[in-house]
Amino acid sequence: MVYLFLYLPLFVVVLYSFSATKVNAWPIKGYTLDWYRELLVDRDILESIRLSVVIGLIAASIAVILGTLTAFALDRFNFPGKPAIRFFVVMPIVLPGIVTGVALLSFFSMLGWPLSKWTIIVAHGTFCITLILNNVVARLGQLPRRLDEASADLGAPPGRTFWRVTFPLIRPAILAGAVLAFTLSFDEVVVTFFLTGREKTLPLLIWGRLRQGISPEINAAATVIIAVSLAGVLLSNRLSKQAALGG
Amino acid sequence: MIAQTPVIDSGPPLSRLSGRPSIELREVFKTFGEVRAVDGISLDVRQGEFLTLLGPSGCGKTTTLRMIGGFELPSSGEIFIEGEAMGDRPPYRRPVNTVFQNYALFPHMTVAQNVSYGLEMAGVPKTERQKRVQDALHMVRLPHVEGRKPAELSGGQQQRVALARALVNRPAVLLLDEPLGALDLKLRKAMQLELKQLNREVGATFVYVTHDQEEALTMSDRIAVMNDGRILQLGTPGEIYERPRTRFVADFIGQTNFLEVDVAGWDGMGVDVELRGSGLLKARMPDGIQPQGQMTLAVRPEKISLLRDLPGGEVPGSNALTGRLDEVVYVGTHTQYLIRLPGGQMLTVYRQNRAVGENEPATGEALSVVFNPQSAALLAD
Repeated sequence: MVYLFLYLPLFVVVLYSFSATKVNAWPIKGYTLDWYRELLVDRDILESIRLSVVIGLIAASIAVILGTLTAFALDRFNFPGKPAIRFFVVMPIVLPGIVTGVALLSFFSMLGWPLSKWTIIVAHGTFCITLILNNVVARLGQLPRRLDEASADLGAPPGRTFWRVTFPLIRPAILAGAVLAFTLSFDEVVVTFFLTGREKTLPLLIWGRLRQGISPEINAAATVIIAVSLAGVLLSNRLSKQAALGG
Repeated sequence: MIAQTPVIDSGPPLSRLSGRPSIELREVFKTFGEVRAVDGISLDVRQGEFLTLLGPSGCGKTTTLRMIGGFELPSSGEIFIEGEAMGDRPPYRRPVNTVFQNYALFPHMTVAQNVSYGLEMAGVPKTERQKRVQDALHMVRLPHVEGRKPAELSGGQQQRVALARALVNRPAVLLLDEPLGALDLKLRKAMQLELKQLNREVGATFVYVTHDQEEALTMSDRIAVMNDGRILQLGTPGEIYERPRTRFVADFIGQTNFLEVDVAGWDGMGVDVELRGSGLLKARMPDGIQPQGQMTLAVRPEKISLLRDLPGGEVPGSNALTGRLDEVVYVGTHTQYLIRLPGGQMLTVYRQNRAVGENEPATGEALSVVFNPQSAALLAD
């Protein structure tokens, strides 16, 4: 029942994206891939997909570096205010997007940054860091410190220990976090809405077009988002499990 | 005055000794915050020796080992390995390898990659590396598993890989931190003998940490019994077992009967002590302490004989007491007899079960207990 509630609307959207008629109507008269073909020649949509991918990749990459470094700091060192830092880093996920959006908007205008895809990337980076951080902190917590010691004992200085032992063991956790971060960034609407310049990400474009009614082409675009999200979540899960197995 | 009994020098055979000690600890202290984990340890470990640090958890044995390995630095004092002061030298620049508790094998590497890791770090060429990895795995009797991941091995096999990974580097010193703790009893016994053999074969100095007194007695050339961050007694297994100096050592290693006695006097033959309710007994002259006042008399249960009919009630040169048999506990190899002495003290006596169905004493029966004064140790605390 819960699953029906959650997934029926999604299923309907996917189904309509293959519908042969121009209006969403039940029962579906016939099936076609026309709308996807149309999607492929629609410059605006292609451009927005490209933008979403670029933003997702850059935001996830920034988050991987900053999140992993922060995770290490939290795991390896004791310093004053450590619990506070752990708490505040989780905030961007808990805060409503609208708050984050408004806050960042006034922050950027204070700095005098013009809104562009870079402002979106920074905004997405904030919640992406949290995902990476949580994943990597959890993984580092599972890793016995003895492994580092064993590596040092066998003659490896700290740098080599990191690249030969620690990094390979946290890599699945980082990847899982990165994939999830990319997925969240790819379909983020609220924060993006506040911070976008002239360019539109795929979800924003869909949002804009809805004013002209739900076209099958929009259904097709939405299906693409669903597919990317689903693939992302599945991949992330897979990687997390692999990490847990010590793979 | 009492002559100091010299500590009997009974380390490994002379052929394995070169001039300087393999490891020297000089007045080493280690504090964690308020806690004194290691409280002034000085110790020489000989070349090729199998030395065990034995004590209950929290006695500072593991911290001592970790300081030798370089994972902790002493708060004060100095550690020398092969004559060189270690100072604050990190683990990766010490001529030492460690077998960790729970092995700490790298889970993402195969057995061969694990074992060859140290050689790789030392820049050993690939062909030599492969050969030495083979040899090391052969030495720990674990061929044919090179390609497997640690998770695919049993506990005993992982243990052997950890040994091979350390020994392949031919360290001057091998540190072992309760390496057998996770294995079942049978495997543990087999590995004890193998470790001892490996120690002889490779000639490296082994420093072994355990809380298991039996393990320590079985494998060690010498044992350092530790408590509260100090070494209480250092000696061969025989010395530690037969001539414990303190009540803690006597109690921690093996079973012991403790009797409160008053010193009555002493001469060249030994010490006369009085046991409440039983009269005068003779005890061995203790090492390094002056017998006086109230002391503890320690007698191992297997050193005591039980006799039914004692003609004349005395055995020349021995201590003879009478008591009543309180309880009999059969434990396979031997039987434990609990004897209640006239003063109310309890005495445990072990007797080997050589013949079955012998004319067994019954509970409540009056018996004589006899032991040699040389087996009766006077302890200070």
